[in-house]
Amino acid sequence: MAKDDNTETIIRSKQEYEEINKINKIVLQTDKLTKKFGGLIAVNNFDLKVSQGQISSLIGPNGAGKTTVFNVVTGIYKADGGKVLFEGEDLAGKKPHQIIKKGIARTFQNIRLFSNMTCLENVMAGQHCRSREGTWSSVLQTSGQRKEELEIKKNAEGRLKQVGLWRWRDELAKNIAYGNQRMLEIGRALASNPNLLILDEPSSGLNDKESEDLIVFLKSLLREDLTILLIEHDMNVVMGISHWVTVMDEGKKIAEGLPEDVYNNPQVIEAYLGKDEEEEE
Amino acid sequence: MELNKNINQKNSLFKNWLVIVVAILFIALALPFIINAYWVDVLFFFGVYALLGLSLNIVLGEVGLFDLGHMGFVAIGAYTTAILNTTFGIPIIILLPVSAIAAGAFAWLVCSPIIHLRGDYLCIVTIGMGEIVRLTLNNNPFGITGGSNGVYGIDFPSLGNFFVIDNSTKFYYYIWLIVGLTIVGLVNLQRSRIGRAWNCIREDEIAAEATGIDVRHYKLLAFVLGAGLAGVGGNIYASKLMIVSPESFSFMESCMLFCIVLIGGMGSIPGVLIGAAAISLFPEVFRAFAQYRMLIFGAAMVIMMIFRPGGIWPRKRGTVKFESLLIKAGEENG
Repeated sequence: MAKDDNTETIIRSKQEYEEINKINKIVLQTDKLTKKFGGLIAVNNFDLKVSQGQISSLIGPNGAGKTTVFNVVTGIYKADGGKVLFEGEDLAGKKPHQIIKKGIARTFQNIRLFSNMTCLENVMAGQHCRSREGTWSSVLQTSGQRKEELEIKKNAEGRLKQVGLWRWRDELAKNIAYGNQRMLEIGRALASNPNLLILDEPSSGLNDKESEDLIVFLKSLLREDLTILLIEHDMNVVMGISHWVTVMDEGKKIAEGLPEDVYNNPQVIEAYLGKDEEEEE
Repeated sequence: MELNKNINQKNSLFKNWLVIVVAILFIALALPFIINAYWVDVLFFFGVYALLGLSLNIVLGEVGLFDLGHMGFVAIGAYTTAILNTTFGIPIIILLPVSAIAAGAFAWLVCSPIIHLRGDYLCIVTIGMGEIVRLTLNNNPFGITGGSNGVYGIDFPSLGNFFVIDNSTKFYYYIWLIVGLTIVGLVNLQRSRIGRAWNCIREDEIAAEATGIDVRHYKLLAFVLGAGLAGVGGNIYASKLMIVSPESFSFMESCMLFCIVLIGGMGSIPGVLIGAAAISLFPEVFRAFAQYRMLIFGAAMVIMMIFRPGGIWPRKRGTVKFESLLIKAGEENG
């Protein structure tokens, strides 16, 4: 893990951010996205923009609909209205395995690893959408298949070293420490060489030291020309790495801006802590 | 130095394995000359159960799909062979791939609409599928399946007139040759991205889909391959017995195949062989207790589930150390 953050861009004002965005293209955009569960509107006309090479955060109180947005974007749920555009292409009707092939990889809030497979196998599985050998070439072990398999192993080794788990390569995923499992899941997502990495609460369940390491690690990813979108509860993590923050409450966007602006926004404070009773009168 | 030591260790381990495999192969080749024809037949049926167990292992062991109607696929293979051979006189060997394709195509057709079902629901539907196949064969549709009498007068497998598989010993070599080839193919599959994708689906379907695995496609692939292999088993079974009838493909037989995979260890090829041995050899060895067979069998299953829920020989993962491939990035930072 690299410790120097010299390449990091520091954005000081909204104007500066917009200037940067004129040069950088928008990677992911949701346009009036709506998702209903029965009578409940989980996501309501939600607009989100993620621009290239930056870390964007999506925050909000519990039940605000953050994970639902992620699930719609990655194809697990179908949107009831609105559009999801990835690099200008509409993702409507695409299945999760097609979306990851387009370049959006994700992790889950409650870690979802292939627990009875080794760490190495987990990361190798992450490259499934980037490999193409079929059943018969696998049965007959053709030279092409063996070559591809070697390539998969090499990439997996690189990614395991990147997330600092090379030592645990032959250990079952369920047997490694919780913090390591989080990193392994990120490693698996990275193995598909994504353009956009979506992380659902990557720091939940991690201690302060591990969270700090995670911040350094995520920043180091930006050098790979990767864009990151994350849901986060831990304000230290959000303030520490986000270039842009979007705040969501009850399915709607209530604020967006630079981390400091959002942090001091009265509406956001209200959403998180509730209304001051005196004002309510 | 360290690396050399490792390689030497690996080599010696490999040599040990090679010695064991060669020894087993030698014993297997010599066996028919030592034991009598009755036991050769028993070993033949051991081979049939091993082949069918391996075919179910693809669906149940590798992908974790509960398939309790596997005998339905075997029946399709056996009846394809029987009908085409008795009415058109097509040689059995040629019908081997034909049966596999017929059973595979049937699996594709039947499983496409039900593949999204999970766990118990899929289990119930496959039971229904197996029973429908059996009852349909029993009802003699278009007068081609011969009803409950079945189809009889099936030829021996032969290549022209000079190479005919017509006795127990030849059948024994024949089935174990096919089982051996199947094992090689399946081990290769286990080590490929296909095998990995199957295991990922078994572990976590949603994560598998999010990792880029087309869950539906790979589940269907498992069913089609499993059914194809079951069709091969059906072909050999039909040519050995020279008769096929619906009661050979009962629900109880499907349960037996299910037990083979569970006893041995899901997704483990040596496990399946042990399971097949337990199912086919055990009743022969303990003939004297024939009436208590099911009782002992049930008790054994219960004890197994308590003390060895993973099976007798579960698949081991990551026991062989994976060595660095990127020599430049040799330093470990884990």
